[in-house]
Amino acid sequence: MNVIETSGLGKRYRQTWALRECTLAIPAGHVTALVGPNGAGKTTLLNLGVGLATPTAGVVTVLGGVPAGSPAALDGIAFVAQDMPLYKPLSVADMLHLTRNLNRRFDQGYALARLGELGIPLKRKAGKLSGGQQAQLALTLALARRPRLLVLDEPLANLDPLARHDFMATVMATVAEHGMSVVLSSHVLAELERVADYLILVSGGRVQVADEVDSLLSTHRILTGPASDARTREELTVVHERRAEAQAHLLVRTRGPADPVPLGWEAHPVSLEELVLAYLREPGAAALPGPARTSNAEPTEVTR
Amino acid sequence: MTIDKGVSGSGTAEASPSPSGGGDGKKPPDGPRGSGSPIEFRLDAASGVPTYLQLVQQVEHALRLGYLKPGDQLPKVRDAVASLAINPNTVLKAYRELETKGLASGRPGQGTFIEATLSQVALPELATLHRSLLGWLASADGAGLDEDGIVALFSSALRDFFKGRDRPADRRADRKGGTEGVA
Repeated sequence: MNVIETSGLGKRYRQTWALRECTLAIPAGHVTALVGPNGAGKTTLLNLGVGLATPTAGVVTVLGGVPAGSPAALDGIAFVAQDMPLYKPLSVADMLHLTRNLNRRFDQGYALARLGELGIPLKRKAGKLSGGQQAQLALTLALARRPRLLVLDEPLANLDPLARHDFMATVMATVAEHGMSVVLSSHVLAELERVADYLILVSGGRVQVADEVDSLLSTHRILTGPASDARTREELTVVHERRAEAQAHLLVRTRGPADPVPLGWEAHPVSLEELVLAYLREPGAAALPGPARTSNAEPTEVTR
Repeated sequence: MTIDKGVSGSGTAEASPSPSGGGDGKKPPDGPRGSGSPIEFRLDAASGVPTYLQLVQQVEHALRLGYLKPGDQLPKVRDAVASLAINPNTVLKAYRELETKGLASGRPGQGTFIEATLSQVALPELATLHRSLLGWLASADGAGLDEDGIVALFSSALRDFFKGRDRPADRRADRKGGTEGVA
């Protein structure tokens, strides 16, 4: 099942296309990181997925084919927008009351217990809470709806390191307990590596990379060797290369960790951050399941 | 970004023993007492070692040093995830790896428990190996290699040595079988 699926999806605000010709599938059961340069259309894509915006072109469905924005979709999805939307003059208790009455399903017991654990006073006005507490309140209200899909747009952007850690710890613990799917957009690549097990890289409204993180890391490596060895380079699928007069660093895509290292070259594992940066620098390169992978595989794979 | 890594890394390790630290002081620590495991994981974001492998190595290390023994429970997935803020699949992957190695096993509805110990090479044998390594180091030094050069050469030889060999789990099983007879 796909928690979000789009086909030829586009959104135009007046004269400008925020997202164009976007076709992707985000599988269920994952914590999916949506990354891409500023203006790639990540927020637009998430807004379309949760039903806060309507497409100008194309189709978007959620939770295994339900039209985005339909009652069934709204019931199963919780969304925390970038600016942690809370009614600042309302008390925490009033925010709870409001959210409970605006939603068909709301686990009041969970919300109260969680806020108690966090030491967030019910009487305090939402606007008077610390940034980290506001984020935790917004998250608690979202999780109390017991969503099958939690969508987070840049959840860590304005949080200090401790608040980031606590926020993601809450999300991950909920995933462990309830098996909820998560889609989050973020610029904090180093932290994504810990939480995300599926990566989607969007640039220019096009999906450049979509795969499980483990699979991406095991099919990419850095090769360091002589810059003069042009023949070796031709035999490899080079995503990005950095070359000086004598030495070259190539980020290459392989068939897997068992792929032989070319003679005279040294292989290093690649981090998710390096991998994302390499693809961002090479908008023409792509790593997608399906056609790209099969065209790369050769019949001699049997022996390994 | 570097600062963030450092802070979140050490914050994770130290958050539980000192409940007074941190903004939300009323939060009960997700400590080892609560989860029933004698160990607690920490992460080194700067090590470059994949997260699941860090967990595996910490269990192995704890086994070698005697912090963990057969029958002990490993931290529950939910507890490990809540204290490290990592993906649950990462913990599951680490526990699967430990099961493959024969070091741990899952009990449905209870958690994952230590099954075996990491038997060590007997002390006299270690001493002999140590002596012969010192001899090799002397000749490397004599040839003009400095410490970094020696480390680089050793790591490279170590990689070459193990590259063609069986999977680590098989090696360990062999070694364990051999020493258990002696001890």
